[in-house]
Amino acid sequence: MNALTLFTAIVLLSVAGFYVGRSRSLRVSGSAKELHSLPSYYGMYAALWAGIPAIVIFVLWFAMEPFLVRELVISALPSDKQALQPDRLGLLYNDIRNLAAGGAISTNADASMRGAADHYLALRSTGLWALAALALATGAAGLAFARSRIAPALRARPSVERVIKVLLILCSTLAVFVTIGIVLSLIFESIRFFEKVSIFEFLFGLHWSPQTALRADQVGSSGAFGAVPVFAGTLLITMIAMLVAAPVGLMSAIYMSEYATPRVRGFAKPVLEILAGIPTVVFGFFAALIVGPYIRRLGESLGLSVASESALAAGLVMGVMIIPFVSSLSDDVINAVPQTMRDGSYAMGATKSETVKKVIVPAALPGIVGALLLAVSRAIGETMIVVMAAGLAANLTANPFEAVTTVTVQIVTLLVGDQEFDSAKTLAAFALGLVLFCVTLVLNVVALRVVQKYREEYE
Amino acid sequence: MSHLVVSSDQAQSDAAYRKRLAARQRAETRFKAYGMAAILLAIAALVVLIGAIAVRGYSALLTTELALEISLERDVIDPDNTGKTEDLLQADYNSLVLASLMKLFPEVRSRSDRRAILKIVSPGAADALRNLVLADPSKIGKTVAVAVPASDDIDMLVKGHTRRDVPESDRRLSDKQLAWFDRLQAKGLVSTRFNSRFFTSGDSREPELAGIGASLAGSAFALLITLLLSFPLGVAAAIYLQEFAPKNRWTDLIEVNINNLAAVPSIVFGLLGLAVFLNFFGFPRSAPLVGGMVLALMTLPTVIIAARAAMLSVPPSIREAAVGLGASPLQVVIHHVLPLAMPGILTGSIIGMARALGETAPLLMIGMVAFVVDIPASPMDPATALPVQVYLWADSPERAFVEKTAAATLVLLVFLLAMNGLAIFLRKKFERRW
Repeated sequence: MNALTLFTAIVLLSVAGFYVGRSRSLRVSGSAKELHSLPSYYGMYAALWAGIPAIVIFVLWFAMEPFLVRELVISALPSDKQALQPDRLGLLYNDIRNLAAGGAISTNADASMRGAADHYLALRSTGLWALAALALATGAAGLAFARSRIAPALRARPSVERVIKVLLILCSTLAVFVTIGIVLSLIFESIRFFEKVSIFEFLFGLHWSPQTALRADQVGSSGAFGAVPVFAGTLLITMIAMLVAAPVGLMSAIYMSEYATPRVRGFAKPVLEILAGIPTVVFGFFAALIVGPYIRRLGESLGLSVASESALAAGLVMGVMIIPFVSSLSDDVINAVPQTMRDGSYAMGATKSETVKKVIVPAALPGIVGALLLAVSRAIGETMIVVMAAGLAANLTANPFEAVTTVTVQIVTLLVGDQEFDSAKTLAAFALGLVLFCVTLVLNVVALRVVQKYREEYE
Repeated sequence: MSHLVVSSDQAQSDAAYRKRLAARQRAETRFKAYGMAAILLAIAALVVLIGAIAVRGYSALLTTELALEISLERDVIDPDNTGKTEDLLQADYNSLVLASLMKLFPEVRSRSDRRAILKIVSPGAADALRNLVLADPSKIGKTVAVAVPASDDIDMLVKGHTRRDVPESDRRLSDKQLAWFDRLQAKGLVSTRFNSRFFTSGDSREPELAGIGASLAGSAFALLITLLLSFPLGVAAAIYLQEFAPKNRWTDLIEVNINNLAAVPSIVFGLLGLAVFLNFFGFPRSAPLVGGMVLALMTLPTVIIAARAAMLSVPPSIREAAVGLGASPLQVVIHHVLPLAMPGILTGSIIGMARALGETAPLLMIGMVAFVVDIPASPMDPATALPVQVYLWADSPERAFVEKTAAATLVLLVFLLAMNGLAIFLRKKFERRW
């Protein structure tokens, strides 16, 4: 018995409700003509009554269960363990859960821990059975109620449509809840981080080395969380990427919309679409395996010392990744410039390039700026290329031949393979995530505003 | 006189005009060349990218095997003749492989030589023997001809990735091993065939045994969950926003929200999944279920935006005709608008799913980055995904893993191309101009 089977059972009950309701409606009326709504609406009516209350109970239970079980397990622990600090208790509870799942734990498993783990498992299984009984009983009761209400005069269609509309509204608000979830989870963990490390040290500190001491007397691993080198590295790589993507993307958009014959466009557009569809991990592999070593060799032959994980390699490949993004967005805004403006310019005797430079680009400028801002936001948030091709050490440098690290690289290295969520080290990842989210959010909002405003101007 | 002056002025301005015109036309050509160069650069980047990976990866589709005569000695496998499975499982099959090699090369006696010659064969050879014996215990005591996988070093040599002309100390294979291998080859015992193991087996520390089977299954499960969640939720949200929502602050907020979510970095979705699904709700780590849910949240805005655009393109006359025949607003949408918009919705969803398939960063956050040997049987089992497997292998130092990584990348690209191709096909086939 697990949650998935229970869910399937509820869905099956609901489907059964549909057939019960439909046949009931045909039986209570002589023929379908006497019914207020089509028979299938009576079926839907019964199905909704059978399914929705049961699913509500199901969802509520899974929202509450973790806390309930936690309270029960902790209250059954020996009193010396209950008296622990809240964060130590959290760790202990994590261990109990890992023990119950059969995984490795950080402390020794004594008898009381094993007992707690068994208790945990027993509680969860009892809870699930109780939930199953309750949910299915509610579903059956709802079905019986709906069945008793079915009569030719019952206005089944309006009721069903009302419920469906509410469901549609709920789905559309999901996006808002996702955003709220992102913001809350990032802020919540970041606050815990800023309790350990001051926010000024984080935002303005010049030294980043996120190790925390395992023992209090350990030397040289006190941990430093000054994120400026990380931000600087992100900025450097983003700049290199934009130096590639902005001119190439923009020029290819101009060429495609102003010069290219339909045949050329028919070939080049899919190529750019394919380039846009290549996963970033592939670009990362390409950067790390081919571009990085190539740039290193090239630098050596010119007498430069180039790190094999140089910012240049990651930035160049990221630029290539963003080209189609810039070009398709600029293509849209260039195409939105009215043809009359072009015709006016040609009538004055301007050449095509003069029209582009003096008329189209100025007219499309807000849109182009918006597109570039979106591209910057994309570059800042890009993860796999830099994880695979950029460095880990936080160097505060503007030299593109050296290895730098970025916000996303640090998030990945701080969190992958670490299951303990109370050290400053892992919490720092959430603080970096919050910064990343805020910066990209501002860029996106500004860019979308600019693009939208511009679009309205010519429509 | 004055006439002459004027004409010389005119001649001068004519010359200046011609010069200017030539300059303008040169500028025009230059500008056009820049544009063409930009497009060619993008195309060249794509060609180099795919070409470089294909050149490195295609050879992973082949594998080297050694045909050995191995006698399955009863004394080694099952000395007490119990026939119990656990005895058969624990037997020292490596020594059988070694004995067979020593029969081929009688001069191999010393301990170090024996160890060296065993390096020619993959550790997978012992597994193959074990499976053979378990499948048919009656073979014990007989001599069987088996094709066993060669070690990754030999495989690299056969494929020409390891060179013989470097000094012995810089090579992974010693001169002795090379000589043994050459004699094997001379006897015709070395063969190359299609590497089906690459597609069916899980990850392994031995490159010649590693495959993408487990990560393919993980990707499939995650993608299934993503589809089941993001498609219905996204279409439902789009129906409300496009057909029913009043124009007010709340719906404006939702709209801004969706547009922003589409541009939030994917790694932030990973942080959300880590904080909410794993730490808060206690879902299992590394499970495709959680991966699928995170990817679904990421794909949702794409589906909503595509579905809205598709419904917008259905002309109002369809809706009016349906209303005129007495359909309720919901019936109008479900019976008429939605079916007509479906090709567009499907196209957008497939493109969103393709992006989800290639996504790596959020999966790293929720622990789908693990050494997975067994092929996951359900969405709750620990698993990786195909792009994560690429990331993991790209970190491995062995030369043989470069080939595997490139090949896994090629498989990923083939899937993506197929999905995008399907989307384009749907668009072409069902697109309607009203």
